[in-house]
Amino acid sequence: MTARAFIDEQDVLSLCSFVRLQYNKPRQQWVIQGPERLLEPDETAVAILQKLDGKKTLETIIDELADVYQAPRDTIARDVCALLQGLLDKGFLQQAGKAITQAQHKKEVTS
Amino acid sequence: MTQAQVQETGVSPALQAMGIGRPLALLAELSHRCPLQCPYCSNPLELDERSKEMATKDWLRVLSEAAELGMHQVHLSGGEPTVRKDLEELVAHCAQVGLYTNLITSGVLLDERRLGKLKESGLDHVQVSFQDTEESNADRIGGYQGGHRKKIEVAKLVGKVGLPLTINAVMHRQNLEHVDDFIALALRLGAQRIEIAQVQYYGWALENRAAFMPTYAQLQKATEVVESARERLKGQLEIDYVVPDYYATRPKNCMGGWGRQFMYVAPSGECLPCHAAKCITHLRFDSVMEHSLGWIWSHSSAFNKYRGTEWMPPLCKGCERREIDWGGCRCQAMALLGDAAETDPACSLSPHHKDIFQLAESEAAAAPPPFIYRRLRGSSVEPP
Repeated sequence: MTARAFIDEQDVLSLCSFVRLQYNKPRQQWVIQGPERLLEPDETAVAILQKLDGKKTLETIIDELADVYQAPRDTIARDVCALLQGLLDKGFLQQAGKAITQAQHKKEVTS
Repeated sequence: MTQAQVQETGVSPALQAMGIGRPLALLAELSHRCPLQCPYCSNPLELDERSKEMATKDWLRVLSEAAELGMHQVHLSGGEPTVRKDLEELVAHCAQVGLYTNLITSGVLLDERRLGKLKESGLDHVQVSFQDTEESNADRIGGYQGGHRKKIEVAKLVGKVGLPLTINAVMHRQNLEHVDDFIALALRLGAQRIEIAQVQYYGWALENRAAFMPTYAQLQKATEVVESARERLKGQLEIDYVVPDYYATRPKNCMGGWGRQFMYVAPSGECLPCHAAKCITHLRFDSVMEHSLGWIWSHSSAFNKYRGTEWMPPLCKGCERREIDWGGCRCQAMALLGDAAETDPACSLSPHHKDIFQLAESEAAAAPPPFIYRRLRGSSVEPP
């Protein structure tokens, strides 16, 4: 990962193994947890993140959300991409087949 | 205020009135035992012996209470937390009650088998501390021969078993010129994050301050290196940077404000607003052996003492940053001025700020004295 990665609709994304989307019952609040990091996603963000199963492409996910929310596909696509790009930049997401394993990482660093 | 509201927020009306909600995270110091003897150890000077450590069942209850209180994360720390044979059980319990776990370790007691077991138990993240990048100096600072080599090996294993890694680099005058090497080390070890933290002068580190304090010029140079690396490594390595208070302009908003975000439980069960709070000797701390975490958060006198703005000296009370900096650090005011209710002298508005800055500069200009090593019983001075 030598340069910033940009997502597109053909990407298959999931939360990194060390990142958790979780409902905190006493607070009645969804949170995204990472090492010494805590994000508070809103309802829309939660709906999007729950769709990231590491199998579906973003294209499929956007179609599904547009269908469920009866909203213009363009609007949904814009919201989804903005949210996920932000999380990818923060190191919270991995792209299927592009997950940075320790071995790969090392190779990239030393090359 | 009605009872229903109290239950909903989980904190007392008095806390709600100060805008204080549920605590975010628990710092669980499982044991003060540690094979290393770092002279900047953040533990109190008076350490809890093994016989005073809480039993597994007590920690399990405390961890359940943390989750019920709405906490998100638990930092499993020490001393060296891996000395506890029940660590896997505690980690598994955290995973079960939904707490995100961060193991803060020196790494020297770990091997692949134990790391694998911790991962299986549901551990989320590992932070390994390093004393320097240069082996002999690292072992000298940690007071533990072979420690550095072992840490490198363990840090690699963390990635191998599939756990994310943060490197913790404690910086001071005796390793500050290696800051670039530390960043390179973090990359080489496949870390996602590095914490570059200047020594904070409490407890053991305060005893050793002259041995650690860098000059202002040294500090500025290191800061430049860190800032340029941060830009260069965006998206590759996250760099957290902590500068020493004595050379700061604004004080740190210590712990996000006294008793606003964190709870700390010592090995014996004593519950404090921060790890250094024991230095404020007139405070009375409550124990999780006698009260629940929820009760302590709302009612412990030590937590309530410096909450909000009422306790503040006029200088802080009239300051527009009073609810940003929260008066800075109480322990630092205690350590440097002998009064925990004073403005943190790290603040440039404090009349004592100039003295602190000069004190740091003069200590940094003299030759460093030998280390006073941290020991469970007493201390030992570094041989010449």
